[in-house]
Amino acid sequence: MDDALIEKLGILADAAKYDASCASSGAKPRRGGTEGLGSTTGAGICHAYTPDGRCVSLLKILLTNHCLFDCVYCINRRSSNVRRARFTVAEVVDLTLGFYKRNCIEGLFLSSGIIRSPDHTMEQMMLVARTLRRDHGFAGYIHLKTIPEASPWLIEQAGLWADRLSINLELPTDHSLKAFAPEKNGGTIKAVMGQVNERIVEAKEERRRFSPAGQSTQLIVGADDATDRLVLETSGTLYQRYGLRRVYYSAFSPIPEASSVLPVKPPPLQRENRLYQADWLLRYYGFTVEEIASGGEGGMLDLGIDPKLAWALKNRERFPVDVNRADREMLLRVPGLGARAVDKILSARRHTRLRMEDLGRLSSGLRRARPFLIAADYHPVGGLTDRLDLRQRLVTPSRQLSLF
Amino acid sequence: MHTITLQEGADLDGFRRAVRRLTAARTAPEEVLWSVGAPSLFGDDALASDADAPVFLPQAVGPLIETVVCHGDPERYALLHRLVWRVLNGERALLDQHADPLVHRLERLDKAVRRDIHKMHAFLRFRALPPTAPGPEGGERYVAWFEPDHHIVEAVAPFFVERFESMVWTILTPKGSLHWDRRRLMTGPPAERPDALAHDRVADDRFAEGWLRYYESTFNPARVNPTAMRAEMPRKYWANMPETAAIPAMVRSAPARVQAMLEAEAAIPRRRMPEKAVAAMARQAPESLADLNRLIQRSEPLVPGATQAVLGEGPEGAAIAIVGEQPGDQEDRDGRPFVGPAGQLLTAALEEAGIDRESLYLTNAVKHFKFVQRGKRRIHQSPTAGEVKHYRWWLMTELGFVRPRLVVALGATAALALSGRPVSVLRERGPMAFDGWNGFVTVHPSYLLRLPGDEDRRRAQAEFVADLRRAAALA
Repeated sequence: MDDALIEKLGILADAAKYDASCASSGAKPRRGGTEGLGSTTGAGICHAYTPDGRCVSLLKILLTNHCLFDCVYCINRRSSNVRRARFTVAEVVDLTLGFYKRNCIEGLFLSSGIIRSPDHTMEQMMLVARTLRRDHGFAGYIHLKTIPEASPWLIEQAGLWADRLSINLELPTDHSLKAFAPEKNGGTIKAVMGQVNERIVEAKEERRRFSPAGQSTQLIVGADDATDRLVLETSGTLYQRYGLRRVYYSAFSPIPEASSVLPVKPPPLQRENRLYQADWLLRYYGFTVEEIASGGEGGMLDLGIDPKLAWALKNRERFPVDVNRADREMLLRVPGLGARAVDKILSARRHTRLRMEDLGRLSSGLRRARPFLIAADYHPVGGLTDRLDLRQRLVTPSRQLSLF
Repeated sequence: MHTITLQEGADLDGFRRAVRRLTAARTAPEEVLWSVGAPSLFGDDALASDADAPVFLPQAVGPLIETVVCHGDPERYALLHRLVWRVLNGERALLDQHADPLVHRLERLDKAVRRDIHKMHAFLRFRALPPTAPGPEGGERYVAWFEPDHHIVEAVAPFFVERFESMVWTILTPKGSLHWDRRRLMTGPPAERPDALAHDRVADDRFAEGWLRYYESTFNPARVNPTAMRAEMPRKYWANMPETAAIPAMVRSAPARVQAMLEAEAAIPRRRMPEKAVAAMARQAPESLADLNRLIQRSEPLVPGATQAVLGEGPEGAAIAIVGEQPGDQEDRDGRPFVGPAGQLLTAALEEAGIDRESLYLTNAVKHFKFVQRGKRRIHQSPTAGEVKHYRWWLMTELGFVRPRLVVALGATAALALSGRPVSVLRERGPMAFDGWNGFVTVHPSYLLRLPGDEDRRRAQAEFVADLRRAAALA
């Protein structure tokens, strides 16, 4: 590894960092043995965290940041003056193996700007994955960002080598896509998602390996005027129709070399956070998009409180909930109770009638849950849920008196 | 009162033996004092019996004990003994009672150990050592220094062995060490931090230096959030992670970098718009059959087996294209379609029907021979529906170049590939509209080869020839 390669690594890691996805989970167990290298265990590992709080799990780089496309939100668009660089296939392979051997990463997340043509670019990316797997017996995680404009045969090949394929939708409506990413097309992107989903499902049924950790996508939030409701409806459709494992939300963040078409002020990062919380409610807590959106105003989520609490405050008549009687579905709707805490409650209450003290050991979110609960020794007097200042009481952290 | 002394660290064996004896002697937890020191001692003679009968515990208890003995808490053995005692005295389902104070405490110890193991898997860094002598495989050796909170050195070993089985490596910690020579795992005594792993020695390993650059570059200064970082990567780990040396400067310079981005005016592109390249980008599809074939040849088989891709054969512009299932054993060796026994039968039937084989375009739905090896024989395997779809785009693009007036599907696989749905050949044989093509379905000649009776075979063969005549008439 010489200085020139380190310099390129700097450019092409910088160029790749706006993709939010980093997960290395969901792969089938695999090991490289004495001739190969590496293993996947199913659960991902975060090998470091950067000061933006994000996890470093995969070597996330672009093959090149030269690009013929002109997507305004992207630092690598052809009209940007950013510094350009390009890896060879062998260089990416060497970097991946070198960092993997030092236990810095779980594997590779490879994406690329479009050079020459989508097919040419996708084939180069596929060659990286193929070389790692076939020539080096690499058994670590490989995530390939799929270029939706590439020919279908390349997707069929990519799925042989990758643990996960992803196709970024980037913007929730065709209208925004047309305005901000002139070379992209919503229909093409969804067709590829459909193709990938079909192959993944078939391979699973036929016990073959094809992108075993599924597919994911990313939506950029705050670059266009789409509401949270619209974003969540898009996600809901993607989960249902294309069996996506994850939809990542990336709050549009200022980039060097920004285009003049973009909003001057980036959206609050909190918006991205609330969308992730809402996404979880959608997938694991039995909420509908309609219910989640009803917690906010005008199709936007409440930035001040989490979407579950927001929903609960607008549906106070459904509370308090008796932890010793309520079913799982209703317990999951109690603010402050996570899915693990709910399962522990269900298992523990078979043996004993739960009191507040018990709940304190079962859940770490009791302070927020308290007004919405009934326990064996606790019944909120006069209906705490009716208090108008409930929201204030829950959001301002209880402060201790300072002594002089 | 009994005093039981176990070995330093995670003495699972000692604890197991002690529990067996304590259980046999019906000794209650209140009567036992646990301590640590080498060698393990079981105190008085009442317990030093040979009552080593296994104790039967509910399934979840064993794994919990294995984890909790790794904890550094001096009370761990006493707590576990209380758990075993209660489980054996009427509370079999105790572990379900997550709100019970003892269970709650043990769960927290369990969680702390698991977290420690997970963080060691994650945050340990190997450094490549310069080869001192020509060892195995070029003498590449890796060494790591790590300081775990708990006694987990042996618990993490399987992970590192599995992942880095092909490397020679050493892991040193103040709680013990591990060495793997590509065949055997050796455990060793506690170690001290070796000089070679000091922070200022990064330059000895260019990859360590490259990693530092990667870490700095993947950070987005517009989203600086050190609290979130520290929650997952507490400071205590930083000393052994070379990349963390860059953190203070990264955090310090972040606000200025963001301010500069916000203030910068949208710049005018310095380079000309690459009009030609943008226009050329759209011309990526293969422009000829030869182009397509090159692409198929350099691609990986999408079925297991196959030594080479077997491409279609015949003139472009042929009136009829015949599509079979996949190349067989002979085709895979020769690299040509329909040259094996089924192909010879097809040639004979075509002759009988008065059709010139040379005038046809012959190809397969799947371009590779799928087989399993049994001894010296390579046994044909039918491609699955999913595998057929992997090849579909190639087939359809191929037909697009040949532009036949009629596409004849031989057998169910070809019919599936062409129509996109499962087809029952015997029931639906005859004309059929394929995806954009006039089509015709008939049996695959290998079906004729498999028919047992001579009479049946003759009749089926006559029907096959009749089908070919009909198809030729349609074209």
